[in-house]
Amino acid sequence: MKKIIKYVIIDILRNKIMLGYTLFLLVISLSIFNLEDNSAKGLLSLLNIILIIVPLVSLLFSAIYVYNSSEFLELLVSQPLKRKTIWLSLFSGLATSMAFAFLIGAGVPILLYEATPTGFMMLGAGLLLSVIFVAIAMLAAVMARDKAKGIGVVILLWLYFSIIFDGLVLFVLFQFADYPLENIMVGVTAFNPIDLSRILILLKMDVSALMGYTGAIFKDFFGTRLGLIVSFFVLVSWVVIPTWLSLRKFKHKDL
Amino acid sequence: MIIASNVSKNFGRLKALDNVSVTCNKGECIALIGPNGCGKTTLIKSILGMVVTDSGFITFNGQNIKRNWKYRENIGYMPQIGRYPESMTIGQVLDMMKDIRGSKDALPDEDLINSFGLKHMMAKRVRTLSGGTRQKVSAALAFLVNPDLLILDEPTAGLDPVSSEMLKEKIIAEKNKGKLVLITSHILSELDDLVSQVIFMQDGKLCFHKSILALKADTGEEKLSKAIANVMLSR
Amino acid sequence: MKKVIYISLLILLANAVFAKIIRVGKQRAVKTIQAGLVLALDGDTVLVDAGTYHEKNILIKKSISFIGVNHPVLDGDNKFEVISIRANGVLVDGFHIINTGISSIEDYAGIKVYSSRDAVIRNNILNKTFFGIYIEYGVNCLVENNTLTANSKVEQESGNGIHAWKSDSLRILGNTITGHRDGIYFEFVKNSVIWRNVSEKNLRYGLHFMFSNNDAYYCNLFRNNGAGVAVMFSKELKMVNNIFEENWGDGAYGLLLKEISDGFIENNKFYKNTSGIFMEGANRIYMDKNVFEANGWAMQIQASCADVTLVHSNFMGNTFDVGTNGSLVLNTFNNNYWDKYEGYDLNKDKLGDVPYRPVSLYSMIIQQNPPAMILFRSLMSSLLDKTEKLLPSLTPENLKDEHPLMKPLPL
Repeated sequence: MKKIIKYVIIDILRNKIMLGYTLFLLVISLSIFNLEDNSAKGLLSLLNIILIIVPLVSLLFSAIYVYNSSEFLELLVSQPLKRKTIWLSLFSGLATSMAFAFLIGAGVPILLYEATPTGFMMLGAGLLLSVIFVAIAMLAAVMARDKAKGIGVVILLWLYFSIIFDGLVLFVLFQFADYPLENIMVGVTAFNPIDLSRILILLKMDVSALMGYTGAIFKDFFGTRLGLIVSFFVLVSWVVIPTWLSLRKFKHKDL
Repeated sequence: MIIASNVSKNFGRLKALDNVSVTCNKGECIALIGPNGCGKTTLIKSILGMVVTDSGFITFNGQNIKRNWKYRENIGYMPQIGRYPESMTIGQVLDMMKDIRGSKDALPDEDLINSFGLKHMMAKRVRTLSGGTRQKVSAALAFLVNPDLLILDEPTAGLDPVSSEMLKEKIIAEKNKGKLVLITSHILSELDDLVSQVIFMQDGKLCFHKSILALKADTGEEKLSKAIANVMLSR
Repeated sequence: MKKVIYISLLILLANAVFAKIIRVGKQRAVKTIQAGLVLALDGDTVLVDAGTYHEKNILIKKSISFIGVNHPVLDGDNKFEVISIRANGVLVDGFHIINTGISSIEDYAGIKVYSSRDAVIRNNILNKTFFGIYIEYGVNCLVENNTLTANSKVEQESGNGIHAWKSDSLRILGNTITGHRDGIYFEFVKNSVIWRNVSEKNLRYGLHFMFSNNDAYYCNLFRNNGAGVAVMFSKELKMVNNIFEENWGDGAYGLLLKEISDGFIENNKFYKNTSGIFMEGANRIYMDKNVFEANGWAMQIQASCADVTLVHSNFMGNTFDVGTNGSLVLNTFNNNYWDKYEGYDLNKDKLGDVPYRPVSLYSMIIQQNPPAMILFRSLMSSLLDKTEKLLPSLTPENLKDEHPLMKPLPL
């Protein structure tokens, strides 16, 4: 297993897109921290990158990579290797590379300029989101045989997680404005890793605002140690469940 | 060595393999022949476990290959189109394969690497290779770990005549060592002096499995190509 | 007539000269405070040695100085009001007062002043008192350098730290108040000043004004109180140089202004509050040189406010700058620094060339539908805010700072 992970990582690290992504993150984060005189504003821009760019790149890159290495996968499958080993190696390789790119591109500037609880929460969320969307992309890629279709699905998934889901939630909130939805909302966030990460970061960043109104309910749940642990497990299951599903599919896939 | 019993595989409505049963033994060189889309490649991929069959079973050295992966240690496979991670060099691909296979018995078989002159091209990246060179790499990889079974899918397609001859010599040498070789090819004339048995498939069905001598005697033709043409016409 | 004046002057002088000191203590001839008070006459000093005294209610009816040496402990045994002052010009200095009674009918206090003038309450430590220092109908009293600590859990069972009712010309200086219901409470108190106090971790308000006019508070620190500071139904107040911080929670405000008119708010700092300032029915308020930093809402102005002027203030790192519930705005914002301002300054006069609108669409949405907070800072909410900036439709049209500053003021 280690061997294949090694080859996948070596292959990805040579990839120019990956290098470009890392540099892009690095330039953006450094300029955010250097140009903004006010660190709160810088963090806000960084938040948008983590919540929008990271999932998008993770999804697209992973899906395209899986499609482009279909022949390589074929070659590996014909070798004395377990399919599970191959698939998990591919996942580990992709996940490690995406997380590494984020760590270098955004993590290092955060550690240098913003080693605060907010910064650490952003770093953790960014890393987890990188890995989560690799898992989701691989599930999409294994389900759709056609590359164009697969990439389309992946873009739709990104739209869904970054905006459509929130739009639906907002719609429901206004439709059922007369009902106490606060506690349900806490549960709803579990269905969108981007929302969950955002709220965890908000709890560090906008703690004053969250202490009022409904915010207190979110704070009471997510702000506690238990809430943090539960959120972490929810995010991890966003990695585990898609990976498990895609692995099940890959095991029976004809190549 | 390989026993397939009542193997079927459907791709949607298409019957790629329809109740195929076949037995292949050591020391043979078997040609898989049939019109396009007759199920040759599917059969090969089923043996390799790349395609999961719907019903029936395949055994390799007496072991059912379903949910098994270790048996592939004894198989060398040369795909129709060899594709490798584009950014790797030939040397890296070979090293990776040696690394993955971790050949149990001592030295890798580098005959083909030497005779194809791949030694001088080790630093070339895969994306820069011509189709022929890729074939050479694929062939070299299939033979690299000295497997008991060689599965060659269109091995000579795209190879220049010299390399093609080298490959054929290598195949004969391996057969004579007592290995089983499975070949698919469209260029029947090439198979004449190579194969000892023929499996003919059509529409996913196995039509016949005969020794080449029996086939020639039945059809009264000297050349394999003529014999097959004869068969196809008579059906 | 002259004779009479001479004689009375003489008596006064004699009093001053012959004012005696009565010492009370376990080792002294006078063992109890009650006995000491009986002996004392107007102008005398009762000096109490260190030690613990269980003397029920200590009632001071003469104009004396009542002074503790090394903070003798006066224990109310959870039943009594500890010191009651019913005479003018009384000084209470240096006691450690604990365990007053707690009652829902009587407002037991550590030290209570009843209808008296010129009381001075100074350097006392109060622990576990129901009310701390209570002044009713007091005039020209001074409450200085006292430390009041209670650890109330529920509002019903707790009293206020410094409580003043229907009084005039009080001075509340340099006290530290923690764990009471309200830190400092003023009701019908006028012409008074509150200066350099620290009021924190009180259950309800750090400072609470009701119907109190012509007062001022300067240089106080109000931190982490249940609901911040409330100033209600009062006029002509000055609030200068105070710090309001970490007042967190639903309905918690750095400063709540309700039915206030003619207020002057200058040089205060609002830091990390759920709402920096919440205004309801406030009229003619002038706000100058304040700093709003890291608040949930820097300021919430309800539509019932008019003639509020906000100038030369810094708004930095607030989640929302201004929130409001209506579209009619009769208030003026000018020359403030807003860190969210994205305009430009072409003529280099250090003022932005386009107005800044401090009310964001999403803050209006959250006002209407609080659970929508869960989508805050999502792509969705950013898009809504961006479109609103281009085509204002829901946010109040004339709530804007016409000439925002490009750089923060050095405040």
